[in-house]
Amino acid sequence: MKHLLSTADLSRAEAIDLLDVAEEMSRATAREVKKLPVLRGLTVVNLFFEDSTRTRISFEAAAKRLSADVINFAAKGSSVSKGESLQDTAQTLSAMGADGVVIRHAGSGAPHRLASAGWIDAPVVNAGDGTHEHPTQALLDAFTLRRVLNGKPASGAATGTEGAGLDGARVAIVGDVLHSRVARSNVHLLTTLGARVVLIAPPTLLPVGVGSWDCEVAYDFDEALAEHDFDAVMMLRVQAERMHAAFFPTEREYARRWGMTDARAAALGPECAIMHPGPMNRGFEISAAAADSPRAVVLDQVANGVSVRMAVLYRLLTAQTAAGSGTEGEA
Amino acid sequence: MRDTTLIRGAQLPDGTTGDVAVAAGRIVEPAALGTPDAVVDAAGLIALPGFVDMHTHLREPGREDAETVLTGSQSAAAGGFTAVHAMANTSPVADTAGVVEQVFRLGLAAGYTEVRPVGAVTVGLAGSQLAELGAMADSQAAVRVFSDDGHCVHDPLVMRRALEYVKSFDGIIAQHAQEPRLTEGAQMNEGAVSAELGLPGWPAVAEESIIARDVLLAEHVGSRLHVCHVSTAGSVDLIRWAKSRGIRVTAEVTPHHLVLTDERVRSFDPVFKVNPPLRRAEDVEALRAGLLDGTIDVIGTDHAPHPAEHKCAEWTAAAMGMVGMETAAAVVLEAMRDTEFSFADLARVMSTRPAEITGLSAHGSLAVGAPANLVLLDPDAPHTVEPAAHLTKGRNNPFGGTTLHARITDTFLYGRRVLAEGALAAPRPESGAAAWSV
Repeated sequence: MKHLLSTADLSRAEAIDLLDVAEEMSRATAREVKKLPVLRGLTVVNLFFEDSTRTRISFEAAAKRLSADVINFAAKGSSVSKGESLQDTAQTLSAMGADGVVIRHAGSGAPHRLASAGWIDAPVVNAGDGTHEHPTQALLDAFTLRRVLNGKPASGAATGTEGAGLDGARVAIVGDVLHSRVARSNVHLLTTLGARVVLIAPPTLLPVGVGSWDCEVAYDFDEALAEHDFDAVMMLRVQAERMHAAFFPTEREYARRWGMTDARAAALGPECAIMHPGPMNRGFEISAAAADSPRAVVLDQVANGVSVRMAVLYRLLTAQTAAGSGTEGEA
Repeated sequence: MRDTTLIRGAQLPDGTTGDVAVAAGRIVEPAALGTPDAVVDAAGLIALPGFVDMHTHLREPGREDAETVLTGSQSAAAGGFTAVHAMANTSPVADTAGVVEQVFRLGLAAGYTEVRPVGAVTVGLAGSQLAELGAMADSQAAVRVFSDDGHCVHDPLVMRRALEYVKSFDGIIAQHAQEPRLTEGAQMNEGAVSAELGLPGWPAVAEESIIARDVLLAEHVGSRLHVCHVSTAGSVDLIRWAKSRGIRVTAEVTPHHLVLTDERVRSFDPVFKVNPPLRRAEDVEALRAGLLDGTIDVIGTDHAPHPAEHKCAEWTAAAMGMVGMETAAAVVLEAMRDTEFSFADLARVMSTRPAEITGLSAHGSLAVGAPANLVLLDPDAPHTVEPAAHLTKGRNNPFGGTTLHARITDTFLYGRRVLAEGALAAPRPESGAAAWSV
């Protein structure tokens, strides 16, 4: 694994290895001295072409806990018409000696281009590209789910999940699948780890071609909840700009039909977790009571994000692969 | 006779082998030639009427960094094109007699291919007000093909009026069929691959709905319609249906849509970004079948050079378009390899039909007496495509690095050998002349 661009590229063994390393990281950071010296002297660049304070801070914390130096590069606008090109930016960073590049970009595929165009040699981590993928989000979701499924605390230091997948788990992903990089990464990763995913959305917010994905698709949230005994229900954020583009009639109708309302939250199975990649639109795709209920693991997801990103940076920047984790597809 | 050339032992489109004689810019009986000034040994080569491209972007005026009429003409000669139509989306737009005459004169001065400007249908390609089509038709450039290519004439009333209006000078509207609302922000074909890659999709229906509307409009007003770069199986069906009803519609396909599919987008390499987008394998099959049975009349390259900085970008920021004149014939032969497609078919779709549709009577024929616009093609010359060696300024050829088997060796433009044994030769400049002639 030279880069982390898409969860579709991860084998089951590679994914489990990353989750296991993330478990080690969560134990290490529970200690009094949170810092590990493993990336000392290396420089990680957070190259953010799109605002995302949460993801950037999470990567920054992860790199710093591994003792790497961190440069934050916020580049607004990327096309030729808007000034500096991706190529120039990449080559500038390369000349400054970046050992790893974490990229967030509004255009799907930009991290692939950065990794494959020959502009730089450093490993590239996709921190979210357009409506394509957000692999570290899916990894932190899988990490959180693995904890929940094994009856462990949803975040913090724990032991006993090492080597496990998500076999047999049933996960609903609800909402704007069409524009969601989180959904795409999760469908690949959760399925690779043995879970069954059900996408629940209005037909307007499902991509044409979703039928070829390795998951089930449902339009009716209540029917799907009645039919499946979900281990987790993941609510997706609906971006404000969708609300006026004829994807659904009104916010209220959306909330009634596809929102995690109080009634739906109350009807979930006793062990079912509520997940959300954040930031939440309270009262819209998720009710305040559902968001604040004990079954919500939203803040655990955030906490686990740092451990998972530590694991990813560690594996990529030290070019270490655990024995037996499978190296096919390595560049 | 003066300026005589004997092309000896070429295979002709009908499969026979024979000599082609050229004198004073025309094809003559070999027996009438006497001792030729030059002899071209064409053993193993195919002689075809010079290709006519209904769809190129030569970028001048305005984007001379991407292409000029001269470099585009040279690229055309290297691809075997003796006439090319230059689309109107220049800067300024070719929507006045002045601009089309400028492009026409630049073509005459370059002397590597007959450049026929396409006039814009609407002022500034904006889709609302008809450009002065009559003035462009009456100009020195004698425009007969009109297109807002790059933009769709989406307003049905404007399209109807344009179709009707050009009847007065036997013009034709070449439509870029793309419903704008259905393709806002579109980045690639909408389907299984776009769903996975998370790139905004470009549905086939956005093309097909416009074609359906336009063939019905053409039927209603009895006008000629040409459909640019057909890319979907549904479009082929619609055009087949329209032709069966006697509607005067002609259609074009690009070489790249006959070969490449949207699977290529998985690389996120913008060399595969093009409008209309690369479609599915089923569409490629339907396009090949349509070309074979005549539903699709012509090959149009949609040659669209871009400067490197517009392609060396992330997918979503990169420009759409591919260069294609220099590899067009070879790619078409490659695409049609496993079919009945013959060299006579190649002559039909790349020369005779486009010359007929656009009214270029000096092209499309190897008959005695016709202007000597012809090309020699080596069908067995395997080579790797090297965009860096192209004569076009554009390096955005999606076939770079692949092996093609056919190669253009010679191009004769009104009797002048402007491409000789694969190398560019002296042009046939017509500076001062008002029109192309022998």
